[in-house]
Amino acid sequence: MNYHWNWGVFFQEVPGGGEYYWELIVAGIGWTLAVSVCAFLIAMALGSVIGTLRTTANPWLQSLAKGWVEFFRNIPLLVQMFLWYFVVPELIPPLKRWVIEVDPGTAQFMAAIVCLGLFTSARIAEQVRAGIQSLSSGQHLAGQALGLTTLQVYRHVLLPMAFRIILPPLTSESMNLIKNSSIALTIGLAELTFRAREMGEYTFNFFEAFTAATVIYIVIAMTVNRALAYVERKTAVPGFIAGESRQALP
Amino acid sequence: MKHLNYYLLLPVLIFGQPTTPALSAELTGTLKKIKDTGQITIGHRESSIPFSYLDDKQQPVGYAMDLCLKIVEAVKSELKMSSLKVNLQPVTSANRIPLMQNGTIDLECGSTTNSVTRQQQVSFGPTYFVINVTAAVKKKSGIQRLADLNGKTISTTSGTTSVPLLKHYEKTANIGVKEIYGKDHAESFLLLSQDRSAAFIMDDILLAGQIANTRNPGDYVILKESLRQEPYSMMLRKDDTAFKALVDNAIGSVMKSGEIDKIYAKWFTSPIPPKGINLNFTQTAPIKEAFKNPNDKGVE
Repeated sequence: MNYHWNWGVFFQEVPGGGEYYWELIVAGIGWTLAVSVCAFLIAMALGSVIGTLRTTANPWLQSLAKGWVEFFRNIPLLVQMFLWYFVVPELIPPLKRWVIEVDPGTAQFMAAIVCLGLFTSARIAEQVRAGIQSLSSGQHLAGQALGLTTLQVYRHVLLPMAFRIILPPLTSESMNLIKNSSIALTIGLAELTFRAREMGEYTFNFFEAFTAATVIYIVIAMTVNRALAYVERKTAVPGFIAGESRQALP
Repeated sequence: MKHLNYYLLLPVLIFGQPTTPALSAELTGTLKKIKDTGQITIGHRESSIPFSYLDDKQQPVGYAMDLCLKIVEAVKSELKMSSLKVNLQPVTSANRIPLMQNGTIDLECGSTTNSVTRQQQVSFGPTYFVINVTAAVKKKSGIQRLADLNGKTISTTSGTTSVPLLKHYEKTANIGVKEIYGKDHAESFLLLSQDRSAAFIMDDILLAGQIANTRNPGDYVILKESLRQEPYSMMLRKDDTAFKALVDNAIGSVMKSGEIDKIYAKWFTSPIPPKGINLNFTQTAPIKEAFKNPNDKGVE
C-alpha cells in the first residue's frame, strides 16, 4: 500500500476556525480526562456502597444492590448513552427545560458522566463484593468480638483490606473507563476520538489522526496503570495477596 | 536452508507485492487492475438518500449508483470484456478515502463533496449534483433568515463540511450560536424535532430527505439562504489519468445527451424506494449549469 503519510497535517489550520488541528486534539484530551475522572469518582462512590450492600445481612438491601448491578451491567453502554442523553430528558419535564436552557456541552458532559459513572459503578460493585467475600469470616467475627458495630467492622476491618485486594482489577476497570469514554462521541461530546474522526473527515488524513489518538490513549492508560501500581505497592499489607505476590517476584 | 526462503517472503507478505507501474504499455492503474482481475469494486453508502442507499431488499440503489453503472458499461466496452463482475462494498464517510487509497474500492458513488483539500488525496469525476448548505427549522419558531439564529442552539452532524462553514458565517455575520453535534443526520434531526436545537444545518437535499421521512413534514421548513454551494461527484484514485478520462467521457455524454434529466427525475421528483416517498427536489440553477458544462471543479 503506497500511503503518503503527512504528519504536517497537525500544524494545518482548521477551516473557518483560526485554530490548528493539534489544538483540537489537545482539547479532545481535556474532555476525555474530565469525563473519565468525574465518571470514576461517581463509579467509585456508588460502586463501593452498592458492593458493600451486597454483602450485608439485610435481604432488602441485598436485592436492591443486586438489581442495580444487573440493570447497569446488562444494557449495552452505547444504548445507555443514548437513553441518558435523548430519552431520559423527555420523561422528566424539568430536566428537559434545563437541557434546553443550559450550554449544550454541559448537557452532553452530564449525560456522559452519569452514564459512564453508573455503568462502571455496577462493575466496581461486583469487585468490591468479591474483595469483601474473599476475606475469611474470622475477620468479621474478630471485629464483632472487639465490640465494633457492623458499620465499624466494615469501615475499619473489612473495607481497608478489600480495597487493597481488588486494586489490580480496579486498575483494569479505570483503564476500561478511559477507553469507554470514547462512546460519548455518539452524543456529540468533543472528546479525543470525536476530534480524531473530525480531523480525519476534514483533511482525509484518517491514518495520521487515529495514529495520534491511539498513541495518546496508550499513554493515558499506561500512566494510570503505573500510578495505581505505585498505590498498590505503597498500601500493600505484608502477608496478604497484594503484598505476597510482590514478594514472590524476584 | 529452507527456512530462509520463508523469511525472504515475509516483507512481501507484510507490505504486499511490489507495485510495478506501467508493466503493460497500454493499461495502467485502475483499468489495468480491472482487466487483470475481471472485476470492479464500487463503494456505496447505506443511507445517503437518494444518492446511494440500501432499498427494502438491502440492495444499494440511488442516483449516484445509476450513474456509476454507466461508468461500468463504459469500462466494459473500453476493455472489450464480455463480462465484468461488479463488487459492491459499503463505505462510510470515515473509511471511504482509506479504502480508495488502499485499492479496496475502485469507484465511490455516494454523496461526497468535491473539495480542493480532498483533491490532495483523491480525484473526482464530473459534478453530478450541487447542494446548498442551509438550515431546516420548525415553522412555529418563526425563524426566516440565518441571522435569526443569533443566540440560538443549532445542531449539525459531526465531521461534515457544515461545521467549519458555520463557524466562518458566525464570524462574518457577527452572530453567535451554540452547536450540538449528532453522530449522523438522523440524530441531528432528532435534536431539532425534540426542540433541543432551533435549526439543523446541513446540505439542503439531505434536509429534504429527513423532513420527507418524518411523521409531520409540514412542521418543518428549509431556509432559502445558502451558506455555500458544494459539488457532489464520484471519487476515484488520484493520478489515474486513463480511468479519469473514461469516467469524464462516460458521465459527460450522459449529461450532454439529456439522459441525465431522466435519471434525475427518477430519483428526485418521483416516489423512491423503500417507502415510496417523493423528495420533490427539482433541478436548481447550479445543477442545470453543472449538467450543461460538465466539470470537476472542487470547492475551496
